[in-house]
Amino acid sequence: MPESQAVTAAAAAVPLSWYLMLSAVLFTIGVVGVLIKRNPIVIFMCIELMLNSVNVTFIAFARYLGDTGGLMFTIFVMAVAAAEVAVGLGILISIFRSRENINVDEINIMQG
Amino acid sequence: MPPTSPGVTGEMILFIIFGAAAIATALVMVLQTNPVRSALFLVLNLFCVAVLYLLLNAWFLAAVQVLVYTGAIMVLFLFVIMLLNLGTPDREADRLRPQQPIAVLSGLVLALIIGGVVLSPLPNPSPTLRDDRLGTVEAIGRNLFDPAQPWLFPFEVTSILLLIAVIGSVVLAKRRL
Amino acid sequence: MPDQSTAVQAAQTATPLLHTYIPVLVLAILAVGLAAVMTILSWVLGPKKPTPQKLATYESGVVPIGSARERFPVKFYLIAMLFIIFDIETVFLYPWAVNYRHSGGLMIFNLVEMAVFVAILFVGYIYVWRKGAFEWD
Repeated sequence: MPESQAVTAAAAAVPLSWYLMLSAVLFTIGVVGVLIKRNPIVIFMCIELMLNSVNVTFIAFARYLGDTGGLMFTIFVMAVAAAEVAVGLGILISIFRSRENINVDEINIMQG
Repeated sequence: MPPTSPGVTGEMILFIIFGAAAIATALVMVLQTNPVRSALFLVLNLFCVAVLYLLLNAWFLAAVQVLVYTGAIMVLFLFVIMLLNLGTPDREADRLRPQQPIAVLSGLVLALIIGGVVLSPLPNPSPTLRDDRLGTVEAIGRNLFDPAQPWLFPFEVTSILLLIAVIGSVVLAKRRL
Repeated sequence: MPDQSTAVQAAQTATPLLHTYIPVLVLAILAVGLAAVMTILSWVLGPKKPTPQKLATYESGVVPIGSARERFPVKFYLIAMLFIIFDIETVFLYPWAVNYRHSGGLMIFNLVEMAVFVAILFVGYIYVWRKGAFEWD
């Protein structure tokens, strides 16, 4: 692979705004999913989708600004997402155990 | 690699293919009523995003994405869906139904706002390659464990977070279902 | 084979790292394409004469009992959850291990910081062990 070709490929790379737009669209799909779904597991999956779209933004900025901070932050986001999923699904299991039903439109015991 | 013209590069084509696939799988995931299928489409979506990470030269994170997200987190999701046997929910008694058009509308508004911000003339850094080795395992490790950089403390705190996650989920799940 | 690895290193500095993923892309296209072609061909070409016996779930020749949508025991959740947590630990261990030999004067410091990290997670490991989450029955 000649050096000059690598340089042309770099010069005409994807613009940063494309990545940001893609991430915005994915984030919006996640938000709409959180709002319209009533199965809490699917709501969790939509939250994962939103976290991922934010990670795309972090990594895009990391590459275009040449700063590794975005990469580091993505690792921590992934670790937090893993912990959140483990505990969140545990909470769902224990709600299910006491109610046999976990649809979010029927969980209103916190309304007092 | 075929010889690339300055207009459209292989990177651009791959971005369009996998970006479109990511959006399509995300949409299908939200529109599915069967949670198992939603989870499988989310797996596809995460794979597409991993390819985008590769295009962004985040080599290690692409591998972590596949290992942690699709390999571990989604497996946990599938286990819990099957554990609770949620199947397809009945849509008749859905009290959230009136919320749906509002949700879609507010989603569109959000998309417009974010799109407006993104497309506004922000300092668009030149997309020339800085250094495609910033995302290798070695570079990540060098930065993460460098005492001159602020990542050491978050790293240690992460272990406490994971410890809490372990204890919390064992406490929540230990009794017999 | 040190000479080979230096040759690879030299080749990689000349070309963008992204190009080293082209074989992976080709493999992915081949795998997906092969699976899709085989499924579609058998769907298009195969004769379809369904009978109740043919449509029944295959359970190694035994008559199927109940539905496949049976509830999983909660142990599966515990195992998958523990896997995630220790998977994340590996994600942090791997870049640390790659760099450890080159950390020079920071070797002791790096060892201690990773020891603290692993020790805190080890508390969780002991807890899970004492709670009996590793026991299958």
